[in-house]
Order: sequence, then C-alpha cells, then structure tokens
Amino acid sequence: MPSIYLDHNATTALDSRVLDVMLPWMRAQSGNPTSRHIFGRSARDAIEHARTQVAEACGAYASQVVFTATGTEANNFAVKGIAASKPDMQILYSAIEHPCVSRPAIALQRTGYAAHEITVNHHGTVNIEQVKLALAQPTSLVSVMLANNETGVIQDIATIAEMARNAGAYMHTDAVQGLGKLPLSFTDLNVHAMTVSSHKIHGPQGAAALILDKRVDIQPLLHGGGQEKGLRSGTENVAAIVGFGMACELAIANLRNFASHTQTLREQFEHGLKSLNATIFSKQVARLPNTSFFATEGIEGETLVMALDRKGFAVASGSACSSDSTEPSHVLLAMGVAPDLARGAVRISFGAHNTTQQVADLLATLKHEISRLKQLTSIAA
Amino acid sequence: MSASIEMPVVKDFEDGLHPIYLDYSATTPVDPRVAAKMIPYLTEHFGNPASRSHPYGWTAEKAVENAREEVAKLVGADPREIVWTSGATESNNLAIKGAANFYSGKGKHIITITTEHKAVIDPVRELERQGFTATYLDPEPNGLVDLEKFKAAIRPDTVLASVMFVNNEIGVIQDITAIGNICRENGVIFHVDAAQATGKVHIDLEKLPVDLMSFSAHKTYGPKGVGALYVRRKPRIRIEAQMHGGGHERGMRSGTLATHQIVGMGEAFRIAREEMDEENIRIRRLRDKLLHGLQSIEEVYVNGDLEHRVPHNLNISFNYVEGESLIMAVKGIAVSSGSACTSASLEPSYVLRALGRSDELAHSSIRFSIGRFTTDEDVEYTIKLMKSKIDKLRELSPLWEMFKDGIDLSKVQWASH
Repeated sequence: MPSIYLDHNATTALDSRVLDVMLPWMRAQSGNPTSRHIFGRSARDAIEHARTQVAEACGAYASQVVFTATGTEANNFAVKGIAASKPDMQILYSAIEHPCVSRPAIALQRTGYAAHEITVNHHGTVNIEQVKLALAQPTSLVSVMLANNETGVIQDIATIAEMARNAGAYMHTDAVQGLGKLPLSFTDLNVHAMTVSSHKIHGPQGAAALILDKRVDIQPLLHGGGQEKGLRSGTENVAAIVGFGMACELAIANLRNFASHTQTLREQFEHGLKSLNATIFSKQVARLPNTSFFATEGIEGETLVMALDRKGFAVASGSACSSDSTEPSHVLLAMGVAPDLARGAVRISFGAHNTTQQVADLLATLKHEISRLKQLTSIAA
Repeated sequence: MSASIEMPVVKDFEDGLHPIYLDYSATTPVDPRVAAKMIPYLTEHFGNPASRSHPYGWTAEKAVENAREEVAKLVGADPREIVWTSGATESNNLAIKGAANFYSGKGKHIITITTEHKAVIDPVRELERQGFTATYLDPEPNGLVDLEKFKAAIRPDTVLASVMFVNNEIGVIQDITAIGNICRENGVIFHVDAAQATGKVHIDLEKLPVDLMSFSAHKTYGPKGVGALYVRRKPRIRIEAQMHGGGHERGMRSGTLATHQIVGMGEAFRIAREEMDEENIRIRRLRDKLLHGLQSIEEVYVNGDLEHRVPHNLNISFNYVEGESLIMAVKGIAVSSGSACTSASLEPSYVLRALGRSDELAHSSIRFSIGRFTTDEDVEYTIKLMKSKIDKLRELSPLWEMFKDGIDLSKVQWASH
C-alpha cells in the first residue's frame, strides 16, 4: 500500500467518527425502516436524523433530500426523471459533465429526445452565451456541474439557473465535488435539483442524495415499495445513510480548515511544478481548493501515474471511472487542449490529512521520474 | 449455525427490553462474521474499485471479484453473469425494464403474478404506461401458480415473464423449473425475483431455465444497500442499462461500487451456501413448533401452501380478531402484517386477497418469519403471548361471541346506518 493518498476526488477514506456511528447499524439487530415495530421505527428515526444532517450541509430543507445509492443514480434520476415529464423538450448539459450526466442524456437521445451539449471555453468555464442561445428552444432541463472532478473548475451555477428559470426550464447541478470543499447552498444556487455523494467526503460508499425542489415534476428511476415518498423505491441502506449524515456534519465543521489547508498545499505544489515545465490546467479561473490538474509534454499521464505509484503516491490520470480507457480526458478535449498534451494529464487531489512534507516529497519524486521518463522517451525516439 | 455465533446485540431501547425479532423476511440482522469481513473495507481498504492506477483501487477490485464468485457459487452461476446493484428493487427494475426495452421489437406483452413484490409489479405498471400490455395472473388459493393457466396466458407477442421464487408474505415456493420450461418453449424471457429464496432453497442456475434472477443481501444476513442481478450468458440475454455513466459492470449498471457492502454480500452468501442445509433443519423444527403451538388456538388459518414453502415463514390469520388491535396487542414480538413495504397503509395485504382470503381474514393476519438467531425460548414465548392476547381480544369481540353462540356470520343481515 502506498502511504500517501492524493486521489481524494475519486474517493476518500472513511472518517473513524463516521464508522463509529455506522457500526451499531451493521452489527446490531436493526429492522427494515418501513416496518412499524420498534426495530423498524428506530431505523426510520436514524434515517430522518441523517436527512437533517445532509440538508444542513447542502443549505436545503430535510424534506428536499431524496436518498439514493450512488451519485450516478442521483444524476440519472435527475436527468431521466425530469426529461420524462416533458418528453417534447430538449435537455442541455455541458461538455465537461461526468458521464453519469452526459450518458443518460445521450441514452435519451437514442429514444427520441433532443439533448444538446453546451461547450466550455479554454479555461473550462461553461459558455454562458451559448446557454442563453440554446434556451430559445423549449427546454426541460439544464444540467451543469458545480465543480469539475478533473480540473476543479467552479461554474457560476446561480447565473445559469436564473437563465434556465426565465426560460421555464428546470436546473440541475452535480455538486458531488463541491460538497465539503465549498460552502454549498441549494437555496442560493437557485437550482431545482442537486446531486451530492457520501464517499467523496469521508463517508461510506453506498449513499448519495438528490436534493430536490418538491415542485419539480419528476419520474422515479426505481419503482417498487414507494420509499422516499415514492421517488426512490428500495429498502434504505440505513448504515450508509447514517454514515453519510455524520460525514456531512463533519465536512461542514471542517470546511474552512479544509479549504485553507488544501489550498496552501496546492500553492506549494503548483509553485514547484513551475520548474518542471508542466502545464497547469484552468489555473486562471476559480477552482476547488484541493485540485491540481497538469500535464507534462511528451510523457503519458498513465505512465507517470504508474511511476508515482511505484514510489508510493496514489494519484489519478483522469476520472477513475474512465481510467479503464486510454482516451484522453474529455474535459480537456472540450477545453480545446491538444490530444497529445491531454494524454499527459495527471490529477492531484489533496485531502485534509496531507502535509507540506508530502507535497515536497511528491515534487522531488515527480522531478526525478519526469527526467527519467524523458530520458527513456528520447532513447526510444 | 455454529454455536459460537450469537444474535447480534440489540440496539438500546429505553426500557432495556426489546421485542423478540420474528421479522426476518423484512430484513435480517447482519451476521457478525459478515460485519467483521466488511469493516476492513471501510477502513484500511477504502479504494474505489474503478481506480486502476493504484493499489487502493486494486485491492478493492479484488475483493469485489471474490465476492462475485461467492454470490455466483451459491446460485450455480458463472461470476461473469453477476451484476451488482443497490438491492433487489434495483435488480428487479433493471431486469424488467432493461429486458422489456431491449427486446420490445419482439413483442410488448408481459406476464407476471398478482402476488409479486411491488418492486416487480410497479416496473411492469410503468412499462404499461410506456405502451406495453401486461397480464397479472392470480395464483391458486394456496399461493402457487397453475401451470396450465400460465401457459394459456402466453401470447405471440409475450416477451417477458416475471415470477418470484419465494413469496415474501406467505413463503410459498413456485415451480420455477416448470414455469421456466414453458417460457423456453415459447421464446419468452424469464425473470425470477429470488430476494426471499437465497439461503432457503437450493438454486442452480446451470440447470434452471431462468434468464434473469434478482438477489438481495439484507434478506440473507448481509448488509442493506447491495444486491445483484444474474444475467444469463448462454444463451446470452441482453438488457438495456437503466443507469448510465462510468460504464461499470460491463455497461449494464454504472455507479461506484460500495466495496464493503459487496464484500458483505459475498460473505453472507458464502455462509448461506455452507450452512443452509443444517440451518433449514433447525428452522423447520422451530417453525413446526410454532405452528403446532398456534394451532391449539381456535379459528386460525395458515395462508399459503404448507408443503411448497420455505420453513422460515408462517403466515396465519386469526379469525374474529381485528388486525390493527392484534398488532398493537403483541408488542412483545416484532412481526409484520402484510409486507413491510406496504405496512404503512391499512389496506389488507394484496397478496392474501389474491389468494381469495376475505378482507377480514386478510386483516387479521400475521407473518412470523424465523431466522438464524431465533431460539426455542423465542418460539415458546411467542406461542404463550399469542394465546393470551388472542383470548383477550376475542373476549372483547361481539363477532366472536356470535360465532360461539353458533350464529353463521356470513348469513347475518347487517343493518345499514
């Protein structure tokens, strides 16, 4: 196991305080939250407590929280569920969305819906003018992510939401990367639906939520027992939901520290990158404080990631979900980055427990590995 | 069950007392061995199994694949035929909507049974809204599907049939082999909801003529929030994904896998495979003891066939007792009336009504479901409790008095108000 984890945008280690609140729900007798006996009712109470914790962290009301199993499910629910209620209208989504927003949109396209992509500029910021133009057509939903998982770029969601509302469209934002890293307010963002996930904030995998304005006309993705007020059937994952609630509470308490600490680490890191001739993506615009996405000309990102792994640093070359493929990052391509440079991309995402010493070690290792790999490539060429 | 495994400690209740849990069909406690196996994947091995670039991800992926083998082994499948989901509800939705949509060119008629779980009925209803037609077959009064009636329901445009293995309310076991053979002969894709079957009946998908089968972990001493769908490879069955994204699970189900939960399901299914034969003997003995005890009460009716039934379930109607007051009166045991998922409503169980039970009998029913941690003392206490409470409730019941006076209640002309 490498000792230094720098891939916090992919998943995070469970906080021991979160584990503590989950354990009783894994070890002890607990009922089905739908059952009316004491075992069921205590499970129901635990879920409702977690719902208030999640709502608090999202600047929303508890009644607006719909629990799902994954962020992917929440995004699919938002996109397909809202589109289904207005089948003759188009869906708009940005070119840098996570596949779990873009692919449901594309799947809808195959069944006869209109879905259009909104481009981003070379900083990775959504072209607001293009949103405005596109909204001239009847639109059911606009989906733009709050913060990108690869570049960390933060979008002006409130402005886009205002435009969507004026055009009579619903606004959804995938805020999975925003929760715990930025102050988050469902109300201030003025959106109709917002996705958040537990395992990105030191909570367990297996719980996520769609924060939903109850006035939105939406079709469920999962039909059955009618849990979550009929919006999401399936027995609730009590332990994971309880953990998610606690993770939210801790994330909010730590938010200020997290932001200043990881930002300091990133500044140190990106300062060091200068001497390595690396290109840092989206440096000129507002980004998540913990995320640094860079590339070195002539070195494959995948190769560098493997080399760093052997030296004990866990980093990513792009989003984990697409790291199966060797395609360059669709986010960078959308920003107009040349495919060759995009192939060199490496993502560092810091967490609260990383230290300045680790950053110094990472920089030293990077320097060594980059020059070694450059030598290898020059021999090969 | 090995003697060292004890009932997990119950959550604290205010008075320090807790009811006896006889609601294993709603959910089972996590077996302590399962919890022990899960916890390391919550702490030191926390990687995302889709992360291919570092050992955190590899460790998680390996654990996920080991668990996939365990699940496959319990049901006689190839690990490559197992798709992870968040639970049986998602598996049922994926199977039914996924197969119906993929094969809709072949026909748009679906057959299912009126006693299926809502997680089957509701997706079929949703497909009806999208232009499919559906036949909802009533089972026989014993809860079992009549094969001739099933055969007769098949039409040239029938594309999919969905029949549950074991019913959640009455525990009856359908003849999946026979129904599957009829489906095969007619080119109909066959889905089976086996959420209540794992660890209770032997399942061998190598032999069973089944194309799609849903599983749940939390009905078999695994954690909530994880399930699986079996998707046959030979002949290959295709389904349309219901969740799109990172392309996990060979594109059939996107979303980050909850490693610890999958590990838990694998361990739960391993235990089920190794211990079910022995466990079922013990549970059958407890069930027979409970049945025998309760049958000493007058006017009790067992719902559903007793022979083709898992030993874990006993569903009994107590005539001349009002259902709600019955549930209130037996607070010392945690049981359910109707299925947990619909018990928020006061409507009588739709499953019992489909068997032709009167509203009165359906209303006065209780599902006792026995499991791994049920003891002889639990059963003895339950029999004693039921006897005394039923007696008290009937003392208050004018209907019971009339019945004892020999009045045929079905012939009584009730005055209208």
